[in-house]
Amino acid sequence: MKSHYLLIIFLFFSTFGFAQSFDVGGIVKEKDSGLPIPGANIQVKNSTSTAVTDFDGAFTLKKIPSGATLVFSYIGYKNFEYKVNSNNSNLTIVLEEDAKTLDEVVIIGYGSQKRREVTGAVSVVDSKTLDILKPVKIEQALQGTVSGVNVTTQSGSPGAALDIRIRGIATNGENRPTTIIDGYVGELGLLNPNDIESITVLKDAQAAIYGTIGANGVILVTTKSGKKNSKSRMSYNTYVGFQEASAKLNLLNATEYALLLNESYANGGKTLPYSSVIGQGKGTNWQDEVVSSGVPIINHDMSISGGSDKVTYAVSGSHLDQEGIVGQQKSGFLRNTARVSLTADVTDQLKLKTNVIYTYFNRKTLSENGLGSVLFNALNVPSIFSTRNEAGQYTVVPNTTGLGNEIINPLAQIENTNNDYNFKKLNGNFGLDYKLVDGLTLSSSMGFNTSNAKSKDFAKAVNYGGKVFDVVRSSVTQGAINDNNYSFDAFATYTKSVAEDHNLVVTVGNTIFKEWGNGLYATGYDVPNNSWDFADIGLTTGIVDAKTNSSYTYDERRLSYFGRMQYDYKGKYLLSAMLRRDASTKFGPGNKVGYFPSFTAGWVISDEGFFGEDKKINFMKLRASYGTLGNDQIPNNGYVSLLSGEGTYVFDGSLVNGAATGQIANPDLKWEEARKFDVGMDMKLFNSKVSLVADYFIDTRKDLLIPNIPVSGITGNYAPGASAPTVNAGTVRNSGFEFSVDYKHDFSENLNMSVGYNVTFLKNEVLEVNNGTGFIEGGSFGVGQPAPSRMQVGLPIGYFYGYKADGLFQNQAEIDANPSQLALGANAAPGDIRFVDTNADGKIDANDRTDIGNPIPQATMGFNFQMNYKNLDFAVYTFASVGNDMVRNYERTLSDANRLNYVLDRWTGEGTSNYVPRVTTGATANNVFSDYFVEDASYLRIQNIQLGYTLNPNVSELAKITKLRLYAGVNNLYTFTNYRGFDPGASNGNPIGGGIDYGFYPIPRTYLLGLNINF
Amino acid sequence: MKKNIYKIVTATILFSLITASCSDEFVDRDPVYSIDSENYFNSKTDYENALVAAYDPLQSTYVNVLLGEIASDNTLAGGESQTDVIGFQQIDDMIHTPVNSNLRDIWNWMFGGVSRANYILEFKDKTAFEGKNQIIAEARFLRAYYHFELVKWFGGIPLKGDARFKIGDEKTIARSSVAEVYASIESDLIYASENLAAVPSQKGRATKGAALALLGKAYLYQNNFAKAATTLQRVITDKNYSLVQDYNTIFEAAGENGTESVFEVQYTDVEGAGFGCLQCSEGNVAVGFSGPRNYSGPLYTSGFSFNIPTAKIVNAFEVGDKRKDVAILDMNAWGLATGATYGQGYENTGYFNRKYIPRKRSANAAGDLNLTNPNNYRAIRYADVLLMAAEAYNRGGIDDAKAKLYLNEVRRRAFGDVNHDITASGAALTDFIWAERRVEFAGEGLRFFDLVRTKKAAQEITGFTAGKNELFPIPIEEIQFSSGNWTQNPGY
Repeated sequence: MKSHYLLIIFLFFSTFGFAQSFDVGGIVKEKDSGLPIPGANIQVKNSTSTAVTDFDGAFTLKKIPSGATLVFSYIGYKNFEYKVNSNNSNLTIVLEEDAKTLDEVVIIGYGSQKRREVTGAVSVVDSKTLDILKPVKIEQALQGTVSGVNVTTQSGSPGAALDIRIRGIATNGENRPTTIIDGYVGELGLLNPNDIESITVLKDAQAAIYGTIGANGVILVTTKSGKKNSKSRMSYNTYVGFQEASAKLNLLNATEYALLLNESYANGGKTLPYSSVIGQGKGTNWQDEVVSSGVPIINHDMSISGGSDKVTYAVSGSHLDQEGIVGQQKSGFLRNTARVSLTADVTDQLKLKTNVIYTYFNRKTLSENGLGSVLFNALNVPSIFSTRNEAGQYTVVPNTTGLGNEIINPLAQIENTNNDYNFKKLNGNFGLDYKLVDGLTLSSSMGFNTSNAKSKDFAKAVNYGGKVFDVVRSSVTQGAINDNNYSFDAFATYTKSVAEDHNLVVTVGNTIFKEWGNGLYATGYDVPNNSWDFADIGLTTGIVDAKTNSSYTYDERRLSYFGRMQYDYKGKYLLSAMLRRDASTKFGPGNKVGYFPSFTAGWVISDEGFFGEDKKINFMKLRASYGTLGNDQIPNNGYVSLLSGEGTYVFDGSLVNGAATGQIANPDLKWEEARKFDVGMDMKLFNSKVSLVADYFIDTRKDLLIPNIPVSGITGNYAPGASAPTVNAGTVRNSGFEFSVDYKHDFSENLNMSVGYNVTFLKNEVLEVNNGTGFIEGGSFGVGQPAPSRMQVGLPIGYFYGYKADGLFQNQAEIDANPSQLALGANAAPGDIRFVDTNADGKIDANDRTDIGNPIPQATMGFNFQMNYKNLDFAVYTFASVGNDMVRNYERTLSDANRLNYVLDRWTGEGTSNYVPRVTTGATANNVFSDYFVEDASYLRIQNIQLGYTLNPNVSELAKITKLRLYAGVNNLYTFTNYRGFDPGASNGNPIGGGIDYGFYPIPRTYLLGLNINF
Repeated sequence: MKKNIYKIVTATILFSLITASCSDEFVDRDPVYSIDSENYFNSKTDYENALVAAYDPLQSTYVNVLLGEIASDNTLAGGESQTDVIGFQQIDDMIHTPVNSNLRDIWNWMFGGVSRANYILEFKDKTAFEGKNQIIAEARFLRAYYHFELVKWFGGIPLKGDARFKIGDEKTIARSSVAEVYASIESDLIYASENLAAVPSQKGRATKGAALALLGKAYLYQNNFAKAATTLQRVITDKNYSLVQDYNTIFEAAGENGTESVFEVQYTDVEGAGFGCLQCSEGNVAVGFSGPRNYSGPLYTSGFSFNIPTAKIVNAFEVGDKRKDVAILDMNAWGLATGATYGQGYENTGYFNRKYIPRKRSANAAGDLNLTNPNNYRAIRYADVLLMAAEAYNRGGIDDAKAKLYLNEVRRRAFGDVNHDITASGAALTDFIWAERRVEFAGEGLRFFDLVRTKKAAQEITGFTAGKNELFPIPIEEIQFSSGNWTQNPGY
């Protein structure tokens, strides 16, 4: 968010003169950096005399009539007017960047448009927001700053993936939007945030120009580049942070645990495990043992940019090193990036631009988000055990029924986990623009990605005392993956104005895209010394019968032709039409080609004569769009059946591999269609201090490509290694309303502030699942229980499907008055959950399962506030999610596992509780999947708060520093929620089976201290 | 201006050349390094490889065996808790409904086997080579094996002959009658018995004896005693099999594929497995599921404590029956003798199904140890052939003397003497044969279907409803997929 105001600093005043004309001169500077602006225009109002600032931003104008007004202008900056009253050769004119003006250029894919003429739903996040948010991964910066966008973390561990969903979840397949970096498909999460100039999110049919890859929305990233005719500009940014857990759960201490166990055993009719609970004390807080605080994160980045009148350049590098709050280095993330961007005007007609990015990262991970993961163990190991025994070795969690066969000492688990993942990627593009004649430009661009990943996973021979994680024989598994792709775009843009008022832009072109690569995995046994230091297949000796090597390879292509026509009349009536023809290798003969049309229209009402010069409403535009986009993001080769199944059997005691069919073919596979409708309004009010954007949208996915859709087992799709086909078998609709409002005001030269609020209401409904059953299920809950999530007609995708609880049975009479619950596992006793006979057939069984929650929030909103006072700047970013449910699944419901302290409020007799059931070692049906385990995970999070101080430029300039800013901030300061788990905003990202909490790695709260220096 | 037009024309031509060079051929490419299933079967090796894959789903019959016991009066579901694998628990209590993912596994996995066999048979005429009959015969044996499992569990099922089911067939191909399914099984097994080698080229392959034994069983299940007797007699007369004298060794690793083994499902522990694809495991999943929980002691290792023998089966063994200690591990006695300890799971009785619980691991064991036990499943033992023959001779009123001869051959091994020989005849002999089957095959998954076919189930199994529970319900999903083409089994 950028402010709108101007500053003039008169360093020197000259005496007032009576001359008819004056000579003026001085320097034009940029407000933020304090750097001079070369090439700025100076025009004398109502005259033809102009001047341009030189390389140092200096200008001189002679013999300007008294009272004349000088207009200073520069692209991307707000104009500044100065009235000449005297001779002055030492003027300092400061221009402020003006990114949010209506003349701002917005990238819309194969071209750009002035913001006032944009007819689609488009949101922009600029580098200033990124500066404040300090995201480690870029995705975080979209949370709460852009309406219609929801970002969920898969984990708080360093380097973990984030999921972006634009306007909801539309498919049970791939929901990820496409990221285009400077015109070419790339990966958002790998970028260095400081390399980014702006992020543009295309939410509606505006993305149709990207056709096949636009169905989930498109995120356009523009990286920073040098400016023409500017001096070298060097900037260095660094911060250091200290991380701690943003949430901890309340677990039972040793005394509470022993008491609870005694009660539970007594209720189950068993001997009490603890004859005395005196002296148990608090025991071990395993969470504190596993989660560290003050865990460092360090970031440095540096960039140099500049340009002559023909060439611009920008070079940058960054280094990030983050340790995890769980396991520290064992879950560490290190990233280095380097980037070079060049543009050159080869001739007046021919322009060249190139941008190349190199990314390296290294990541180590712990077992997460599942039964037996480190945090799962930390929550379930009883506090009664010490971390180490008297000999100093890690305590072995006893192998008993009550503690299950997978609860192990999480500290030992961390120590025994060794893995390494290295990733290197080079990506970039080269583009040429050739201006053939006035109005006609030919463009071509070649983009590429090439990446290599190496992984190594060491399975140390360990003994946890008979648990399932015991490894008898050490092994090391290594993988090498190579992924590549390129695209080649060629398009022509023709711009023509007819009779001044009719403006036409026509774009025609094509794109070819190819991706290919391979992967290879192998395992070696008997690692020397059972040590990570020797964990390499080269050193292993053991071999086994089984095939321990595997590989894959792929080659997928897409060919697209597109055309777009944009027309406007006086910039008041705006129309555009697009058509794309795509062909993809994902589909079989006859179905390869799809045609995707789209249309947008806009009406700038405030330009109409009848509107007049309204003081309150400065700008008003109505816009609408409708379009069809394709999607082919499905597993490869779905139209043929390949021999990729598993056909392995044992003859003569040895494994023999045969040939079997893998995925069942669906020769009728065709393009999925995303039909996007949007109607919106943009307004500027009260001298443009307030801007409003409102959108209503309906996105319908038709012919949804559902991979591995359940079909009848007679087709053999459940044979080993076989899978069900991908079928165009569903329809999902997301409809909603987005609204954002921004207000900014300059109270004085020293004080200005801006406030932003955005909200998105979303309704998701599955309209069709065309496989006979009408639903698809997924996810998992507890141990050995049926799938808890479903995609089903008439309900939101991924809703929770289970029993409805209706309080607790308080006495035997209540039990007798209700149907038997035996089919759920056990007959009820007082203090057990009463389940609802939803189908009223007089029995409680699997048919009584129903809709008990929805992981998709009904509304998400962001509230942001920024203020500058003199040299101080302050910002707060918050995000809220309302109505999302989460399944509490991190409790191992075993008799001796530790529990959260809400069980202290359990039922212990009639009237004691109607919510938390009794504890018992005996048989109960309390642990079947019911809404007792579904919690409201609505939350409000203070994502960032930052306070900065910029040193007076006059002082810092003494050290040749144009700008020096120090700041302190906190990321993820606090989360307001009633949810009991670590992170109400986390999800594994699965459309069906998301929102199930196995003990998410909590996102860290990070205290940051940072420094920005510009030279 | 003319110059401009010239320029535009040149550019347009160049531009069209670039774009036209990217014709739709760009997106015509063959999938890399992969074989299209419809262009296969070009050599003998192709047929052999497809046949290996048709054997593979035999390994997933572990759940048929496990549930065959749990459904019967031999064992309880057990597990960690009353909600652990709720599908098992419901079948144990005979309160199962069409909503049961474990029954669905049986349906899906057995049809997976049918599909693999039919894949070969669909292309049986594509390429000619020597020794094809053996391959076709093995494929037909396997199809019969999977069909027999399906007809036992679900009754009539859809059949499509020598072709794989395609998507949509569930809406058009009706369920065949039980008699039609048996007719198909018989035809496959007659062909197999005529074309299979008597001695397998590799341990684990179907043989002539296996085909005859399974055929005899299929006849017996239809109460076709005359044909059952003749068919099973051929296995006995051929003398390719004999009883192993030490009953205990049959179920240890050393006893695998022994002289008594007519057909044996092969497993190994050298490859890991995961819960995500239990049917993909090369190990016997039922073994890990049946193992004692949290076991510490000699000889055995831990498992998930499902399939817990009841006191009823333990008491069914006569005094002096050596089979009792082979079939039943009395954990309390074992603990006293060796100091072994274990954790009590749900429905603990202190007994475990000793024939199929995990033994100490080999050095080669890989992956999730509970899912990859190497214990082969002795699907058809010669003892079964003898007792089935005895039953056929007796119940068919054909020859009680022969029936007693075969019955007593089994009993003499069990007791190590002739003092326990049975001398009864007629219906009394029938009861003795059935009682013998019960203890001889305790823990081997035969009990439930023996009770059903002999109409004793309602009498022996608590909760069993006659006229309903003889068959299991067709999975609800399949009924829905079929859009009304298939009707549910009676009572569900």
